[in-house]
Amino acid sequence: MPAVAAQVPATADHGAAASGIPQGEAKESAVAAQTIRVNVELLENLMTLVSELVLTRNQLLQMVRGKDDSEFATPLQRLSHITTDLQEGVMKTRMQPIGNAWAKLPRIVRDLSVEMSKKIDLQMFGAETELDRQVLELIKDPLTHMVRNSADHGLEPTEERRRIGKPEVGKIMLNAYHEGGHIIIEITDDGRGLNIARIRQKALQNGLATDAELADLTDQQAAQFIFRAGFSTAEKVTSVSGRGVGMDVVRTNIEKIGGTVELKTQEGKGTSFVIKIPLTLAIVSALIVECAGERFAIPQISVLELVRTTATSEHGIEVINNAPVLRLRDRLLPLVSLRTLLKLGSGDEQRTETFIVVTQVGNYTFGIIVDRVFDTEEIVVKPVAPILRHINMFSGNTILGDGSVIMILDPNGIAGGTGEMAGPTPTNQEATTTRETRAEDQQSLLVFRAGSDDLKAVPLALVARLEEIDVNEIERSHGKPVVQYRGKLMPLVLVSPDFKMKDEGQQPVLVFADKEHTMGLVVDEIVDIVEEQLKIQLAVDQPGLIGTAVISGKATDVIDAGYYLIQAWGDWFGSPEKEFESSNETHRVLLVDDSPFFRNLLTPLLSVAGYDVTSVESADKALQLRDSGTLFDAIISDIEMPGMNGFDFAQAIRSEGGWASVPLFALSSHATDKDFERGRAVGFTDYVAKFDREALLQTLAQTLSSKGDA
Amino acid sequence: MNQIVPSSGKRGSQELVTTDNHQEFVTMFIEGQMFGIPVLMVQDVLGPQKITRIPLAPPEVAGSLNLRGRIVTAIDVRMRLRLPRRNPEAGEGMSVVVDMRGELYSLRVDTVGEVLSLPAAKFERNPPTLDPLWREFSDGIYRLEGKLLVILDVPRLLDFSRSEAN
Repeated sequence: MPAVAAQVPATADHGAAASGIPQGEAKESAVAAQTIRVNVELLENLMTLVSELVLTRNQLLQMVRGKDDSEFATPLQRLSHITTDLQEGVMKTRMQPIGNAWAKLPRIVRDLSVEMSKKIDLQMFGAETELDRQVLELIKDPLTHMVRNSADHGLEPTEERRRIGKPEVGKIMLNAYHEGGHIIIEITDDGRGLNIARIRQKALQNGLATDAELADLTDQQAAQFIFRAGFSTAEKVTSVSGRGVGMDVVRTNIEKIGGTVELKTQEGKGTSFVIKIPLTLAIVSALIVECAGERFAIPQISVLELVRTTATSEHGIEVINNAPVLRLRDRLLPLVSLRTLLKLGSGDEQRTETFIVVTQVGNYTFGIIVDRVFDTEEIVVKPVAPILRHINMFSGNTILGDGSVIMILDPNGIAGGTGEMAGPTPTNQEATTTRETRAEDQQSLLVFRAGSDDLKAVPLALVARLEEIDVNEIERSHGKPVVQYRGKLMPLVLVSPDFKMKDEGQQPVLVFADKEHTMGLVVDEIVDIVEEQLKIQLAVDQPGLIGTAVISGKATDVIDAGYYLIQAWGDWFGSPEKEFESSNETHRVLLVDDSPFFRNLLTPLLSVAGYDVTSVESADKALQLRDSGTLFDAIISDIEMPGMNGFDFAQAIRSEGGWASVPLFALSSHATDKDFERGRAVGFTDYVAKFDREALLQTLAQTLSSKGDA
Repeated sequence: MNQIVPSSGKRGSQELVTTDNHQEFVTMFIEGQMFGIPVLMVQDVLGPQKITRIPLAPPEVAGSLNLRGRIVTAIDVRMRLRLPRRNPEAGEGMSVVVDMRGELYSLRVDTVGEVLSLPAAKFERNPPTLDPLWREFSDGIYRLEGKLLVILDVPRLLDFSRSEAN
């Protein structure tokens, strides 16, 4: 026994000696003893409890508010202070310096710099700025991604920098600091900046915006396209520089935690991203508003400003076709009524004043119309009950200081919801423009060669048949080639006067037919039929050509079938105008369409059918014609047009002027029943699908003849 | 008041058919019809409460309320059972708060009655002629003197995903 007893202190001694060998380590462990490892879950629980405490404190404060002589006032004030300190203290336990998220960046940048032989100087400021670890985790990856992008695409190669007189070493700067309950992170590089022209082109190609829309955008606005979903993939395909890769994901991640990201770029000078995120997700500051007697909380981070409007103030709510807007410092702010959006019922009482909460979601700014605005309150976001999760207008609910439950509005959800109700939202606009371009431009094209090696194309819808004709069967009449085809004479038209037909064998011919007239366009070779988005890149002034488009990756001339139709029939049957004039029935038709392609396509078609066609590219131009007293027998109008659209145009001409009773036809790429109804409601006589030329001619003829009879 | 049976610890709907065993139910009334739910599911019985309406919510959801710092979703049992809306002049009514998988729900009824301890012998399956909707929400019926007590199946009553799918 004693032996054993003696052994114990001996081992203990040994252990002590072993652990405390160098004096320095003992000191270090003394420091280490001042920090302990705590399970994150424990901290989370603590945070929840403190959040509840804050709420209870707020509740108590609300109760004694306005009662100065309350005996509770002093202890409550103390409780309030302690709660605030406790809240800050507990928050601090969750805080980590943002430098933790940056730790790997120097290495990534160094690797990239070696790999791409660029000289890169990564400067980091404010690494000690602290933020909630939950938030930190969520922004880590987006940050890394953005720095990578800056190094990879933003900075020019060393030689290029030298050539354009920039310092050889490219600079990437990370800067983090606190600002009013938020943390701001700036990522700046002094590289080449975003290539705006390219972004515009890409946006157009991907169908994110139309030509006209793009023309209205400033460079800074156009740059925002890199945050759009669908933009990145295209960039990947072309491997040409451009900073789109994954930026939509970055933005989504940041917005998920209630943050925002802004982008500034200057070509040749560099790009800078500014990320603004809340310090913590547990407690947010929210603006309390009232609408139809119900109160709602709007997260303060999304709120830019408040505007009060009264019946007499200079800021008045104006209405464009039921969509309310507000003139705010030379800009038109789309508005959404919370009452309408949440179906709170119509307020019958006449309000003398309303408030507009100017809200920003990403780069989309809109105003929410509410009845009243109260103060801001610190609230703890609690998830809504499972039954209510599907309502995307709410991001959660909470208990206010006065003990009542209040729903927290989700600005993202509201921005999405405005799509159906009111003005355009980015997402909604995107959807419609994509659909539009698809419907308009995705079409079957017949690609062929004629006269030269250059590829030519014509919309397949215009071609009736493809034929091969034995050159021996080609006869001549008045010096023009004709062929007997299905018991009739069919004129053959050459693409250009210097085009030579084969001397023998089979000659391919594209047969265009309209009613009883047919015409053959002689070609060398039919190459392919492709489904392609037809986007005329270069408009040419050469007769017979609409312009040049990229089809299947090759520059292809798109021929104007209408031109050849006139050529054949004009020469063969005499001028169509003359013929119809003799019957004294030339109908004047006005064609309103913003797309040059359709104007080019339909004008000859209608001319050939015997109408005197005037075509204009916008509703405004058309109204000018009306106001100048020009009269037409029928008007054909596109629906989707920049500026005044077809519906508004219809309303405009139905409401006043000399065109109030002129038959009006809507031309649209998507003719759903709903569109149909709407068209009828605003005064369209009929609705014709854009590619259905037969239907258009038939409808025109029927309407005009019945009108003539009457 | 019926006899009060000391807590036997053997409760729950699966026990309902066991003989010579008594079940305790909180009774409540809607449109004069008596309903019951097992007493152990009930957390609270509330008088009229300040309820926050929730826009865009399903009609069965009356709103949400604050019960001692917890947010409780109020379910209008009338709407759930497709009964007509309550006459507003008849007052706010009462609520029974139940806990379902950690979430609190308050079931709004006209009035809450006494707690009854009932022998299983008086229990019967739902008659096949009962409205299919009610059959879905009901476990069975107790024959009481002068009236019938419909036992509500609370988990089903609060399973909105299911009724939405139907």
